[in-house]
Amino acid sequence: MLKCSLSVLDSVFSRISEKMDLYLPVKREDGKAEYKKWQGEEWSENLNTVKSPKDFFFPQSEDLVRFRTEGKSVEVIDEREEKAPFAVFGVRACDVRSFEILDKVFLEEPRDSFYAMRREAGIIVSVACQRPAETCFCKAFGIDAADPSGDVTCWKTDSELYLRANTDKGESFISIFADLLTECDDTEVEKEKEKISRILEKLPLNGLSTESFGAGKTEELFERAEWADLCEACLGCGTCTFVCPTCQCYDIKDIKTGNGVLRYRCWDSCMYSEFTKMAHGNNRLTQRERFRQRFMHKLVYFPENNGGVFGCVGCGRCLKSCPVSMNIVKVMKELGDK
Amino acid sequence: MQKVTRDILVKRASELLADGTVSSVLGWKAGEFDYDVTPATFTDTESLEKGFVWSDFSAANLSKYLVSKTKSAEGRILVFLKPCDTYSFNQLLTEHRIDREKVYAVGVPCEGMADINKIRSICGDGIIKIDCGEKLTVETLYADEPFVVEPSEVLLEKCESCKSKKHVAYDELLGEEGEVVDSSRFSEVERLEAMSADERFEFWQGELSRCIRCNACRDACPACTCEVCVFNNPASGVETKAPSDSFEEKMFHIIRAFHVAGRCTDCGECSRVCPQNIPLHLLNRKLIKDMNESYGTYQAGETVGASSPLTEYTLGDPEAGDVLEGGGKNA
Amino acid sequence: MQVKEYKPLIVAFCCNWCSYAGADLAGNNRANYPAEVKIIRVPCSCRVNPTFILRAFQKGADGVIICGCHPGDCHYTSGNYYTRRRMAMLFSMLDFLGIERERTRVEWISAAEGAKFSATMNEFANTVAALGENKRLEDLRCKK
Repeated sequence: MLKCSLSVLDSVFSRISEKMDLYLPVKREDGKAEYKKWQGEEWSENLNTVKSPKDFFFPQSEDLVRFRTEGKSVEVIDEREEKAPFAVFGVRACDVRSFEILDKVFLEEPRDSFYAMRREAGIIVSVACQRPAETCFCKAFGIDAADPSGDVTCWKTDSELYLRANTDKGESFISIFADLLTECDDTEVEKEKEKISRILEKLPLNGLSTESFGAGKTEELFERAEWADLCEACLGCGTCTFVCPTCQCYDIKDIKTGNGVLRYRCWDSCMYSEFTKMAHGNNRLTQRERFRQRFMHKLVYFPENNGGVFGCVGCGRCLKSCPVSMNIVKVMKELGDK
Repeated sequence: MQKVTRDILVKRASELLADGTVSSVLGWKAGEFDYDVTPATFTDTESLEKGFVWSDFSAANLSKYLVSKTKSAEGRILVFLKPCDTYSFNQLLTEHRIDREKVYAVGVPCEGMADINKIRSICGDGIIKIDCGEKLTVETLYADEPFVVEPSEVLLEKCESCKSKKHVAYDELLGEEGEVVDSSRFSEVERLEAMSADERFEFWQGELSRCIRCNACRDACPACTCEVCVFNNPASGVETKAPSDSFEEKMFHIIRAFHVAGRCTDCGECSRVCPQNIPLHLLNRKLIKDMNESYGTYQAGETVGASSPLTEYTLGDPEAGDVLEGGGKNA
Repeated sequence: MQVKEYKPLIVAFCCNWCSYAGADLAGNNRANYPAEVKIIRVPCSCRVNPTFILRAFQKGADGVIICGCHPGDCHYTSGNYYTRRRMAMLFSMLDFLGIERERTRVEWISAAEGAKFSATMNEFANTVAALGENKRLEDLRCKK
């Protein structure tokens, strides 16, 4: 275990910035937080960001290939750019887990080279949640907000930042600012973990159960009558999917640029009526079916295909952002064992 | 705090269900917390008693739901409408999007709705209880004492610049009728107009760059009722799903604002639902202000059947260049 | 004064019944206007959808001009009156977003006004040239 005083945090950040781009949650003017490239801003550790850090590895939009035409010739240009190492600092336990979920999708064969390149370049520095929000429910998915994984794990106390490297990548990352750190035992960290655990116990969504969900529950849940009421208010917008750290659906689109075609991919949302409207149209014709798909995917299909791992991490972003306040917690409570 | 209480709404809805006037009630339903209220249909007294919410968080404008509801409903639907919602309701009637016969509209006076984001800015995260009394009492996980907040400090933007406390449509009204408010809703537009083009560009670039194209503004907008939006229609040539370039952010919001120009009642739902807090209402208000100044004052939804400024003309309308030079003041 | 070599790309939406014929007349009369003015013929100035204008800027236009019949002379009686309102509102909103107001324009040019067509285009092209390239409504993807 290593530690540094919070007063040298800025020096730590600037030391990292000299070596690589450093991103961390920063409070915006409107009171919400977002990940920003550090340029001297204050780290906002207590606010969860509106958008998740999934963008760093799977950006909302990325160029894949460009076809440049001249007369009858077509030049194919790979738009991939070599990604330099970068660090994402202050990632919460839930979001760290979301990368593991995305890895299952993108790093298994056929491996997504765009995602893999970013994943290799990125260093994840997680932080234990000092102040989880009332909308947090990561515990339901077996995540310990007091002890997140990642390349490096941090704990923030009133005066100090404690760091533990979990991987080789993390070790070499810490070596960038090793002279600002001192060795210590984990007494304080254990105390902090306990403190966090006590807060987690008090969270209003603490008792949320996943028992009714998971692999093999399709038949039980698919035709449940409750879906009709649950989706009633749903506007069919993509807010929940776009703030979600684990939603991974994308569309590949072409744009005519005037001298050829640019092929890019961008996030898609199963809530949209035109989702998967490529060759044959969307096979989910009503909002009820589309709404059901999103939650069945996270709670049943994903665990079914991935050894029981749920496709939700309980970050609570959709709870805060949904225009009509309909979300996965309400779905789980309505469909779960009452 | 709302002057007409929840119990009055529940009682009246129950009566109307019982005497057969309506067969369902469109209102707001309680969620996990005091603030996450969801639009919902109620069909019996029991569910109304249990889940109906009328509080400072019943902000959602229910009128758009009537477009689909009146198509499928068997009997009449009771809908609770705040003053601003009645303008949207009228506008939808004007556009023949709602079957009026299937609606029983109950007007509810509104004292303004609270913005949970503003409450969070004051009280922080971890909000476990909000009591909507004369003042809002907010309990959080991290403060020993509850926060006491003036409702006027945390009003939604759309309520801060409320244009009317008067209902322009209803079958019956609960409580007392209010008046059209002489609001200063154009002041922010004027502030931007007074800036240089460079400053304005920088302002909007900053705001719109946060857009994640979730389409919440469009999907919540009571004026956006196209069956298929051009931005969703692969055959339209402008279909997009992401703000892949800063152009796309502008394209979407310019076209959306322009498409609802003359039909937008300024209900403010676009900005309320934006997860990124983009002040989208300013685009609509700019258009309303320009139309008022160039073609005479017009309030969409004030009466049913009125035609909007962009579907009318006069021989002496100002030229585009004059409107630009005069900032819209050449009427 | 040294004039920059930069030639702006102008998209001119021209009404079939007046300005388009006005452009023809300009040609017949050997009245010059910049080759960078690209004319798109429309059945009436009110055919121009705001998306057309934005798409023109996206694909590289530096200025967009809408040319229709003089008020009162519309082939369809009133199309240009609607154009006048719509474009006034649209261009005012673009201005509100900080996009240079000189990049957009509405002009009424009849079939008999070949000289006006050429003068308008020359003047508009010079105005846009003075502003330089369209940066505020550009799509970088279309510039690679």
